[in-house]
Amino acid sequence: MPSADAFELRGVDAGPVGDPILRGVDLDVPANGVTVLAGPSGAGKSTLLRLLNRLDDPLAGEIRWRDRRLTDWEPTELRRQVAMVFQRAPVFPGTVRENLAVALPHITGDRAVHVLEHVGLETDLLDQDAETLSGGEAQRMCVARALLTDPAVLLADEPTAALDRAARATVEDLGRSLAESGVAVIWVSHDTDQLRRLADHVIVLADGTVRAMGHLADLDASDDPLVRRSVGAP
Amino acid sequence: MLAVDLLAVDQGDIGTVGLAASGVLVLVAVAISLWRRLGLERSLLWASLRALVQLLLVGWVLQFVVDPDDPLIFSVIWLLAMIGFAAYTTSRRAADVPKVLPLSMIAYTASAVVVLGVLFGFGIYELEGRTLVPLAGMVVGNSLAATVLVSRQLLIAASEQRGLIEARLALGLTASESFQPQLRQALRTALVPQIESTKAVGIVFLPGAMVGLILAGVDPADAVKVQVSVMYLVLGSVATTTAVMSIGISRELFTPAQQLRRPARRVDT
Repeated sequence: MPSADAFELRGVDAGPVGDPILRGVDLDVPANGVTVLAGPSGAGKSTLLRLLNRLDDPLAGEIRWRDRRLTDWEPTELRRQVAMVFQRAPVFPGTVRENLAVALPHITGDRAVHVLEHVGLETDLLDQDAETLSGGEAQRMCVARALLTDPAVLLADEPTAALDRAARATVEDLGRSLAESGVAVIWVSHDTDQLRRLADHVIVLADGTVRAMGHLADLDASDDPLVRRSVGAP
Repeated sequence: MLAVDLLAVDQGDIGTVGLAASGVLVLVAVAISLWRRLGLERSLLWASLRALVQLLLVGWVLQFVVDPDDPLIFSVIWLLAMIGFAAYTTSRRAADVPKVLPLSMIAYTASAVVVLGVLFGFGIYELEGRTLVPLAGMVVGNSLAATVLVSRQLLIAASEQRGLIEARLALGLTASESFQPQLRQALRTALVPQIESTKAVGIVFLPGAMVGLILAGVDPADAVKVQVSVMYLVLGSVATTTAVMSIGISRELFTPAQQLRRPARRVDT
């Protein structure tokens, strides 16, 4: 039985009208630890992720969270509890402080300092033009910005795909520490090495359906070669 | 020497001979096109002929609309026809914009109500066909380019800045809050040309209303006052039309669930 905080998908189709990417998905997405969505390109990983905070709606089926249909949530309230970071860190014009203030208007100096420290950023970046940040700094700023809404879940759509190795490591560490602090992280990744470093749970998508789901050790032993390939089984 | 009645010119009537003589300037343009091999001779002649025919037709119709003995309702019908045509033109030039035709009708109507309401409500001009038709024409005609521009700018912004807009949505902002920066930028882009034009008036160019009044024998000091009120009318109408249009389009770009809609077809930038 899934925890009350799990996302429950039942009979979900999603994607372009007439040509859905996801078809008939039945799935319980764990709401603890780090869950990695894996699978080949075009499998529907990002499509599924975007359903969980209603940036998109399914064409058919139902999604529930905390025993409520997503459509019963006020969209803005849902998105404050189910936060999201994107592959290309979207930096708003202005300083780092002004970027944080988009999530929390009238943010106090102390709160801004605290959240930057939480993501491992130097606090003297607060008054720096956000567009001068490096890729890794920008992505961590985006995580900090998302955390200001006190989310229960953080959706991460390939957040390290555009980063170098060092920056990738710091963002991965941040994801792991957030999960350990109680924020469930649902992370899309193509990188099997990253998957093996991060995942508490894995969901493998292929051809618009759920191919496998479980712990890494179980999927390593799967009979399905696509599943073993998707999780980088030794 | 041309037999142009200079007294008649003083009263704004250049006569048929005068009109024909001014056609020499079109021939000057044609000659330049031939000399520099621009290939624009046919376009120049066709455009000039079309303008002549269109204006003669409009002038003929207007004599049944703006005469003081004509009922004011004729002028109101003319105004509604102008709004309808402007909305249709906007819908042709910004075809990708959702619900562009009804939104344009609302925007031009709102602008006309606001601007004409001030001009006639405050008694700045006497409400009659002779004032309603040209002033309404300025409201609608001067707003057209800016309205098309703001419409296309909003659509382009929604497409090119989708990532930034969705990042704001994902932080729990409403659709309206998420689109504010793009809306502001589109409105600025649409309004700045009119602001610059207003700044340059009298220095770079003498505007048409003032020229027409002076040619018709009106005292320049009085012509200037009319022209200034017209410039303010244009500023107010452009601002109102673009504001109403942009608010309407912004609403159409998002679903009730605060999601940025995907375009039905590729947006041409």
